Amino acid sequence: MTFTPETEKRLQDIWSRYPAGRKRSAVIPMLMYAQDELGMVTQELIAEVAQRCEVSPLQVEEVVGYYSMLNKQKMGKHHVQVCTNIACLLMGGEELWQHTTKRLGIGHKQITADGLISLEEVECAGACSWAPCVVDGYEYHHHMTIEKLDQLLDSIQKKVQ
Amino acid sequence: MSTPAAAPPTVINFTVDGRQLSAPPGTLLIDACKRAGIEIPAFCYYEGYSLQAACRMCLVEVEKMPKLQTACTLPVMEGMIVRSETEQLTKARKGTLEFLLTNHPLDCPVCDKGGECELQDMVFRYGAGESRFTEMKNHEPERQWSPVVFYDPARCILCYRCVRACNEGMGVGALGITNRGVLSEIAPNGGDHLDCDECGACIDICPVGALTSNTYRYKTRPWEMQHVGTVCTHCSNGCKTTLGVRNDEIMRGNNRDRSGINGEFLCVKGRYGFDFNAHEERLTSPMIRINGKLEEVSWSKALGFVAEKFKSVSAAGGKFGVVAGTHLTNEELFYLQKFSRAGLKSSNIDHVRSGDFVTLLDAVSGNLTSLATADDLYNTKAALVIGADLSQQHPFLAFQLRADVRHHKAKIFTVTPGPVREAKYSAASVVVPEGQEFDALNNLTEQLKGEKELVILFGDSIKGQRVRDLVAWAGTLGIPVKYVCLVDYSNSRGAMDMGVMPNLLPGYEADPHPGMSVKQMLASDALDVLWVVGENPLRETKLASKNAFVVAHSMFLDETASTADVVFPSASAYEKNGTVTNVTGQVQRLKAAVRTMGTKTDLEILGLIAKEMGMAVEIGVWSHDVVFKEIHKSVRGYNVPLPILITGGAAVTNPVNGRVAVDVLVDEIRSAGDTLFTSGSLGRYSKLLTSVPEFPGALYKR
Ligand code: SF4
Ligand code: SF4
Ligand code: SF4
Ligand code: FES
Ligand code: FES
Repeated sequence: MTFTPETEKRLQDIWSRYPAGRKRSAVIPMLMYAQDELGMVTQELIAEVAQRCEVSPLQVEEVVGYYSMLNKQKMGKHHVQVCTNIACLLMGGEELWQHTTKRLGIGHKQITADGLISLEEVECAGACSWAPCVVDGYEYHHHMTIEKLDQLLDSIQKKVQ
Repeated sequence: MSTPAAAPPTVINFTVDGRQLSAPPGTLLIDACKRAGIEIPAFCYYEGYSLQAACRMCLVEVEKMPKLQTACTLPVMEGMIVRSETEQLTKARKGTLEFLLTNHPLDCPVCDKGGECELQDMVFRYGAGESRFTEMKNHEPERQWSPVVFYDPARCILCYRCVRACNEGMGVGALGITNRGVLSEIAPNGGDHLDCDECGACIDICPVGALTSNTYRYKTRPWEMQHVGTVCTHCSNGCKTTLGVRNDEIMRGNNRDRSGINGEFLCVKGRYGFDFNAHEERLTSPMIRINGKLEEVSWSKALGFVAEKFKSVSAAGGKFGVVAGTHLTNEELFYLQKFSRAGLKSSNIDHVRSGDFVTLLDAVSGNLTSLATADDLYNTKAALVIGADLSQQHPFLAFQLRADVRHHKAKIFTVTPGPVREAKYSAASVVVPEGQEFDALNNLTEQLKGEKELVILFGDSIKGQRVRDLVAWAGTLGIPVKYVCLVDYSNSRGAMDMGVMPNLLPGYEADPHPGMSVKQMLASDALDVLWVVGENPLRETKLASKNAFVVAHSMFLDETASTADVVFPSASAYEKNGTVTNVTGQVQRLKAAVRTMGTKTDLEILGLIAKEMGMAVEIGVWSHDVVFKEIHKSVRGYNVPLPILITGGAAVTNPVNGRVAVDVLVDEIRSAGDTLFTSGSLGRYSKLLTSVPEFPGALYKR
């Protein structure tokens, strides 16, 4: 399996950061970066990671199954995560979630028909002090309100038009 | 002035529930307690496998430690004061159980594990029958992963025992865990199915009924069975297996009491390959060929007929040939060779050879300690495997080496004609074309010289002069070396020890009148009688002698029995009492577990023929214990401690060779190359073994 030169370089960088013989340490970062490129974790990717990190494909499957940020279904160009864990819930996270699903017409771990946006309801995103929080890819949006959320979605959808 | 460093303590003293205990440093509290008879409840902890600390059942109170501690991860410490049963602990354990039961279905009345389930036992002990949870239980349907293994996710308590048993114990790694939290479940390596050894270790180690076997599930309840400890009749490794028997039917095989050399280990053949015993094609009546067709006759008629024939051939000075099976008991083999030599005055007696133990014995002559036992394989610092796919052909020996690597950091070296599983954890693996294994050893000489000791296991590519070369080469390493000569079947070794060879008497003494080997007998056109006892020599070879009278003892109408003039239906090893000797020279007792109506043990058939011929006095009483007494007294190396044998243990024999130079007929030494899923002619009658689709290792072609 070949990746873009950028992704490939990132992968090589990872290994150089771990002691020799600890290839398996790269399983998670490798899955993450490759997922960014492919938009999902494919069976082919699992086999590739297993081979490169010298573990069994089943061990890679275990990691993929455990981490909700690794997706076996196709994700949208923008993967939008809405936190509804306790801090965000108290600050209106649930309403944000309801609003988003209604506006986009999709639910948890689903993707819009045009493949632009996928949606996920997540547990604590680690930004409780600035709750409620919505994450677009790796980008955090704090103190979210329904208006700000709409602006975010507008800008995503406008970019494509 | 520096003070000498204090020597590390060799024993740790501590207190549990007011009792003074001691244990070597590094001992886990849970093990130390167990040895003192104090049971700490545990689901995830399992002796011999890595620590998991996933279940929290083993919590104990330790003075000066603020929180409850997991006894399965806590090494004993000097002066430690532990309490294992207190109100607080009962509460904690009850809570853990209540949690486990939030999703666990209470289907004990239909669950295979009911009656011997660790979860059931714990709930019984702590009385956590009531639950505060009112939510719906999370339910997932049961799945079949292979012809052997079923998984019921709802019953799984996620203790990881199966995962570790498969990964560490078997070296297969076919099981993993997927998803998270309440949705976690065990996942097989093939996505929706298993590609594995089908050994069933995961099923037996599961504390609950989450993993079940196709052979046993929903067939019986544990308390309805009798449990009979005997020895697996397939390969030469000699695993003890406990057969669960109900109404003269074998329901299951396992070894949960860890009573044998193999502890809990069994491969697919030992655990599930017993079904040949109840195969519908089992022969249950003697048969005589009448007008070219085998017709069922009474025992007395068949015995009388054979005795008459034997007497007349003997009187006329005719030629007998005897081929003995390598699944027979030592008693049967000993009695048979006596029958042949003393009764029929013929040394034309042999077995199908699979390894050159005879030359090994001669080459290491005078050095008793040079034969390795199953224990040695677990304790040696280094082992060298030559020309064998150990995980396929000698599953228990391979298991011992894996445990040695895990627990003692042993170094494994392999020289094989193809990739083998051992290579995954070996210090060095050399792959060479078949037949060149010996020459490739030079690549390892320097590395091996640095080891402290070595056990060499060699297959059938090392035979005749090669064995002597091997021993000479090992002598140059300058370290203590022990050997295992790999042979195929449950009593291949016993056949040699009992003198079922044309040129060696029991105990490897020279036969003054050497006879013919199997190949020579089959090729001789002057043979008058071919007597085959529990073997199938005509599977691939035709008998040269057109007029030979063929007598076969067999469980099935195989290639040999179907061409015989008389067929005796014989009992299987699971229907016999007696002893067998495994590949590492350890003799163990067989205990009859069931009976098949119409059959007789080979010993009984031999005795009855002797009686009909009027030779019973000369050859002796055909009772297994009387014959064993004679073996014990007269066969060199078999003067083993009887208490070990009688209590179901494995006694190490000490065969010696008085430097008798015999022709070992290297051409006739050839391993059948059985895999995990084949077992000579026997395997064909195990529906379970033939149903497993796995490709058996890279060294094999189907
Ligand atoms: S049957 Fe044996 S090899 Fe297969 S998954 Fe279970 S433990 Fe592993
Ligand atoms: S299947 Fe059995 S052994 Fe495996 S994790 Fe579940 S309960 Fe434990
Ligand atoms: S390793 Fe050999 S003796 Fe042990 S269970 Fe398997 S076939 Fe039987
Ligand atoms: S609860 Fe939403 S970021 Fe922590
Ligand atoms: S036995 Fe100690 S945590 Fe499971």
